Amino acid sequence: MNEEYTITIFSENSIGLLNRISINFTKRKLNIDSLIVSESAIPGVFKFIIVVCCPQNTVEILVKQLEKQIDVIRAFYLKKEDILYQELALYKLATESLLESNEMETIIRQHNARILEITKEHIIIEKTGHKSETQELFEKLKPYEVKQFVRTGRVAITRPDIELLSEYLKGLEQEHRK
Amino acid sequence: MQDHTKSQKVTGSEALLLSLIAANVDTIFGYPGGAIMPLYDKLLNFSNRLRHILTRHEQGAIHAAQGYARSTGKTGVCFATSGPGATNLITGIADAMADSTPVVCFTAQVGSMLLGTDAFQETDVVGVSMPITKWNYQITNPNEIPAIIAKAFYIASNGRPGPVLIDITKDALIKDCDYSYTPCNYIRSYVPSPAIKEEKVKWAADIINAAKKPMIVFGQGVILGHAEKELLEFVEKSGIPCASTMLGLSAMPNNHPLYKGMVGMHGNVGPNRMSNQCDLLIAIGMRFDDRVTGDVARYAKQAKIIHLEIDKAEINKIVKVDVWVRGDVKESLPMITKLINKGDHSDMEPFFAECEAEEMRRVINPLLNPKEGKITMGEVIDTLNKVSAEQAIVVTDVGQQQMISARYARFQNSRSFLSSGGLGTMGFGLPAAVGAQIGCPNRKVVAILGDGGFQMTMQELGTIIQEKLPVKVIIMNNSYLGNVRQWQELFFNHRYSSVAMNSNPDFVRLASAYNIDAEMVNKREDLKSAIERMYNSESAYILEVQLEEEGNVFPIVPLGKATDEMLYGDENK
Repeated sequence: MNEEYTITIFSENSIGLLNRISINFTKRKLNIDSLIVSESAIPGVFKFIIVVCCPQNTVEILVKQLEKQIDVIRAFYLKKEDILYQELALYKLATESLLESNEMETIIRQHNARILEITKEHIIIEKTGHKSETQELFEKLKPYEVKQFVRTGRVAITRPDIELLSEYLKGLEQEHRK
Repeated sequence: MQDHTKSQKVTGSEALLLSLIAANVDTIFGYPGGAIMPLYDKLLNFSNRLRHILTRHEQGAIHAAQGYARSTGKTGVCFATSGPGATNLITGIADAMADSTPVVCFTAQVGSMLLGTDAFQETDVVGVSMPITKWNYQITNPNEIPAIIAKAFYIASNGRPGPVLIDITKDALIKDCDYSYTPCNYIRSYVPSPAIKEEKVKWAADIINAAKKPMIVFGQGVILGHAEKELLEFVEKSGIPCASTMLGLSAMPNNHPLYKGMVGMHGNVGPNRMSNQCDLLIAIGMRFDDRVTGDVARYAKQAKIIHLEIDKAEINKIVKVDVWVRGDVKESLPMITKLINKGDHSDMEPFFAECEAEEMRRVINPLLNPKEGKITMGEVIDTLNKVSAEQAIVVTDVGQQQMISARYARFQNSRSFLSSGGLGTMGFGLPAAVGAQIGCPNRKVVAILGDGGFQMTMQELGTIIQEKLPVKVIIMNNSYLGNVRQWQELFFNHRYSSVAMNSNPDFVRLASAYNIDAEMVNKREDLKSAIERMYNSESAYILEVQLEEEGNVFPIVPLGKATDEMLYGDENK
């Protein structure tokens, strides 16, 4: 049975690694639902967060095959209940269309969104939340002609305490020095 | 002696060659071309320390490097130019990936200023080779060369070995750089063989001690880990009957009383049946390939399974196991041997003897001792065993001759059976034999090839003659792509589609065009003396054996069947 999993990967910062990682999904014909990559708390170590829908035994093998890649330091998979996650969405609307509306204040308040910029031509709204929430706001704003709408992939943080990567790396270094 | 630790100014090409020498490389298989010319130019200056084997095709170079690596345990090295040179390596790289062979390939690339411009002979070989390399990297700055080469050899040969590709732009080969070489022994993102967990070893030993009907299946991990002795000690102390996967062949001598043959699609009856009867299956350095398990839903379901494996990603991948001991089998086997009781499972002997008798009666005897008809593939291998006294390195191609060799060739020394297992690459045999002969000049190397596979890479006869290699070649000529034909006969209603090779060349005349001694044999009474002439020849020799056209390999576990549901070929007789 397919379930949603959030895969986190810690890696070296090397060219082509994204390709090497995505090949592991391609070769199983798995679609990546969302993906973000950025530098982690440890300088030089990058973190991938990938959301994928697949059976549990597939994700178990997949993370081992990902961790096996030389430049991958560690890879894990997490279920929805193990993580707290957010996405960020930006919406651009014509200022004119909003000036004529009385609902705008209610929509922004109700959705905990905020306005980042207002010019004569456009207004840019930001919202963080789960995909369903950013989507809901998009639907609400549709009557006002959303000129642009962008959404990031998922950032996630684990609820249970897992070994910190910095501790893991320290352990490796100590082992190596022996 | 070159001091590799002191920094010196050299060109990128020189840095590459010096790094290879520092990494203990003395043999390279390759083929020159445009982008790699600066490297080949400098290679001339190193000819006393680096032997370059010019193959006739880059595919020949990589398969030769594989044959060299698998016969010696060293890392194979090959050179190819950009574009088509590099893409011609791809099949061999995929083969090395599937069979965990340590090779490092160097491909030249267009100048760094031209990268991404679709320049002449530009192929994104790093991108192309990514799914089939253990690691790959593109060098544009010559100062990186020594460190990257050190890393490449460390990765290729440690943990579960595999192919590494290093792509180097032409300008990086030409420019000056600082050279100093330090071997790599640590990469923080790669732990090749983790410390073995003692509690797992203890757990495994307890299960082994309690087992009534255990069986061992070992694979190439034993050979790759140089753990033949450790395997033997474990087998002899435990008294457990064992079987090999195809790639594990020769890790244990065939004549050992506890060795019961090969498992898998064309495996032996005893071990195949026992897989589905034993109460404990101990898998050592193997990966439960589908050709080993048959229908995996009905594989060893009754048994507890212990898996000794270095690659974490292979554990619980195909078969769920009860206990796994992750690590190098050279370390884990002695730890287990120490904890197990001296065992005796001679009560299992009657089972194996009965299976062997049945296999002898239904398959082996009719194949090896036919009363009439043309020569069979089995007779050729059986005769070769006698002539070679089981001392030869047998290199096979892919297909029926491979399976017959795997079933009937006998070995007394490890690293004596080289065959393309995981990928099943036709055309592997001849160039792999070239590599094995170069790696093992004091051993006899016999390539067993089909008429189909031979014609895929027969250009390497040129390499054999240029390097004066005493490679022996047996062409098992049945004028068919025999394995496909067998499957069409058995599983596609006898509909033969594109398998007839009825315009084969005269192989003896072909050999003579290369000045290679050759003969053809088609009569049973001439076979032994022909094999003797071939085997005892001091130079290369080609023996074409004209076989029965529609010979089959039995037993066979048909696709989708369990390992104990073999066909024997006598069902309709």
